Amino acid sequence: MSTATNPVGTRPTSGRVQLFRTGGLALLGVTLLGLCFLSVAVGTRSVAWSDIWAALSGQTETIAQAAVAVRIPRTIFAALVGAALGLSGTIMQGVTRNPLADPGILGVNTGAALAVVIGLAWFGMTMAHTFVWTAILGAGVTAVFVYTIGSLGRGGATPLKLALAGAATSVAFSCFTIAVILPRNDIAGGFRSWQIGGVGGATFDGIRLVLPFLLAGFVISLLSARKLNSLALGDDLAAGLGENVALARGMAALGAILLCGAATAACGPIGFVGLMVPHLCRLLVGVDHRWLLPYAAFSGAGLLILADVVGRIIARPSELAVGIVTAFIGAPFFIWIVRRQRVREL
Amino acid sequence: MTTISFAYTVAAGRLARVRQWRRVVVALMLLVLAGFALTLMLGQSFTPPDEVLRVLAGKDVPGASFTVGQLRLPRAVMAVLVGMCFGMGGVAFQIMLRNPLASPDIIGVSSGASAAAVFCVVVLSMDGAAVAGISVVAGLAVALIVYGLSFRNGVAGTRLILVGIGVAAMIDSFIAFVLSRAPSWDLQEALRWITGSVNGVKLDQALPVLVALAVFGGLLLSRTRDLEALRMGDDTAAALGVRVGTTRIVVMLASVGMIAVATAATGPVMFVAFLSGPIAARILGPKGSLLIPSALVGAVLVLGGDYIGQFVLPHRYPVGVVTGALGAPYLLYLIIRVNRAGGSL
Repeated sequence: MSTATNPVGTRPTSGRVQLFRTGGLALLGVTLLGLCFLSVAVGTRSVAWSDIWAALSGQTETIAQAAVAVRIPRTIFAALVGAALGLSGTIMQGVTRNPLADPGILGVNTGAALAVVIGLAWFGMTMAHTFVWTAILGAGVTAVFVYTIGSLGRGGATPLKLALAGAATSVAFSCFTIAVILPRNDIAGGFRSWQIGGVGGATFDGIRLVLPFLLAGFVISLLSARKLNSLALGDDLAAGLGENVALARGMAALGAILLCGAATAACGPIGFVGLMVPHLCRLLVGVDHRWLLPYAAFSGAGLLILADVVGRIIARPSELAVGIVTAFIGAPFFIWIVRRQRVREL
Repeated sequence: MTTISFAYTVAAGRLARVRQWRRVVVALMLLVLAGFALTLMLGQSFTPPDEVLRVLAGKDVPGASFTVGQLRLPRAVMAVLVGMCFGMGGVAFQIMLRNPLASPDIIGVSSGASAAAVFCVVVLSMDGAAVAGISVVAGLAVALIVYGLSFRNGVAGTRLILVGIGVAAMIDSFIAFVLSRAPSWDLQEALRWITGSVNGVKLDQALPVLVALAVFGGLLLSRTRDLEALRMGDDTAAALGVRVGTTRIVVMLASVGMIAVATAATGPVMFVAFLSGPIAARILGPKGSLLIPSALVGAVLVLGGDYIGQFVLPHRYPVGVVTGALGAPYLLYLIIRVNRAGGSL
């Protein structure tokens, strides 16, 4: 009877747990702010404190101040993209009920990349906002394709089948991408830096371009938290509780695709953020998506900023693209998850 | 009486299988030969067979000596050799782990060898046999790491493949990093280490590959019987008198060795190691060893893929782009087919 009066997932939680979770979220927020500051202060070039304050208040007279001024949009950008990837990974894991789902592993990022390259090469796309649309379209088509292939047959979409379908699709799409850009030297150079995945070239104009898509994605994702909680019970039970399963799944997936498509269009395929964040957040707050999603957004942002700062420090005087750093942190994490699962569940 | 007639039936069946195996191998050899001849004769211009033969005999033919002797011959020789290495090494892995998906290019072994080669060539400016040696060590190290990481109360195929995919993702991003730091960026050259290419190979580069094929291939062929037994499962093989542990080590060493040396020469030609075995098994059916047929299929794939990449498509593409684009749909098909059958991958 209590389930009838309380919609799924709104099991009355005691005040202390609520307080604990709010406090945790606030703590995450503070950490994120600290990381943002770190990202502005630390970089390839060492700058003095006075220059940092000067740059934060808008001055760009010395080289040091100019360097810091470049880091500001970069930090905002990393935070937005990181939050988008973290959220989209969490939703993908929720929708597919699959611990290995991630925009990178499912090949959704390569789909977005292929769509952008095709648009550049054959449809003469030069307008930057069509760029974002194309990437989102590519991401959506790929996500549906990979999920369909992975879930054919008995047993549904097991992690292994999904991961393999994603890997195969990734390879095929990278080959097509190479085939498209190889004869076109003019776009090959730009594609090279874009494909590794980096936030180095961020500008406020670039941010303004993807911001509407990201915001729409954030809103849809956060609104679908309760639906994700129902889906977590299994399709039958969710339907029995009055949830429109297809609608719930479609809405959540739409949010995830908007987010990862826009993020990929903005800074290239960045892997493993969407894989790590949900697992870490589940350790912190459990499986309630109403809490999980905000946590995922905050920690995704923090993780990507941190990876970016690490990339700037360890490869001085040059810098390491953030996509490479996340792959090096994320792949061992992936292996850890695989080892933790029982074989039967793979 | 019945025992004797039964023995006759068995003998006749065995003879028929051996004959069938021989027929398939001879047909595949002819196909490789035809592809080889085609690569030598056809290019931007057509060279008649008699001129090709004269060049091969070492005579000086104006024009043809350069196009055939310098451009096409190294390319064709290299394509055949690396194709055989990938085909044989790949199928040995698939048989040993009893899973078509456990091929070296999916579980990261090829990526590991490629990463070592690209580091040696681009950063340390090395070349020749040293690169091949370091690639072999790196490939072996990756194979051992993947095997070790997937070990938990024994190695399960699914876990090994997933761990391999993770390791491969990490190594691929390392390759991307090294290439991004390369002083001179040449997309064609970079693609060699990502997808594999036989562009601009020299004849003397083929020597280490030939040696690897002879040594490691011989080692694998000497284990044919044990590998066949391993197809029936570890316990059955052990009951039949196969030393499972030793065989595994030898097979892994030999197949990683040949794949790594080939990768050091041309980069990891995408999916050839993965495709050759299943294709050979399709042609052959359950008759006899797959090692030699799969090696020949590998050679056909690389020769054919290179020809398509060079002359059939509107632009020139390295062979790896062609085999990758062909192989990925096959991988998807394999996943779908196994799913339909309800079996576990």
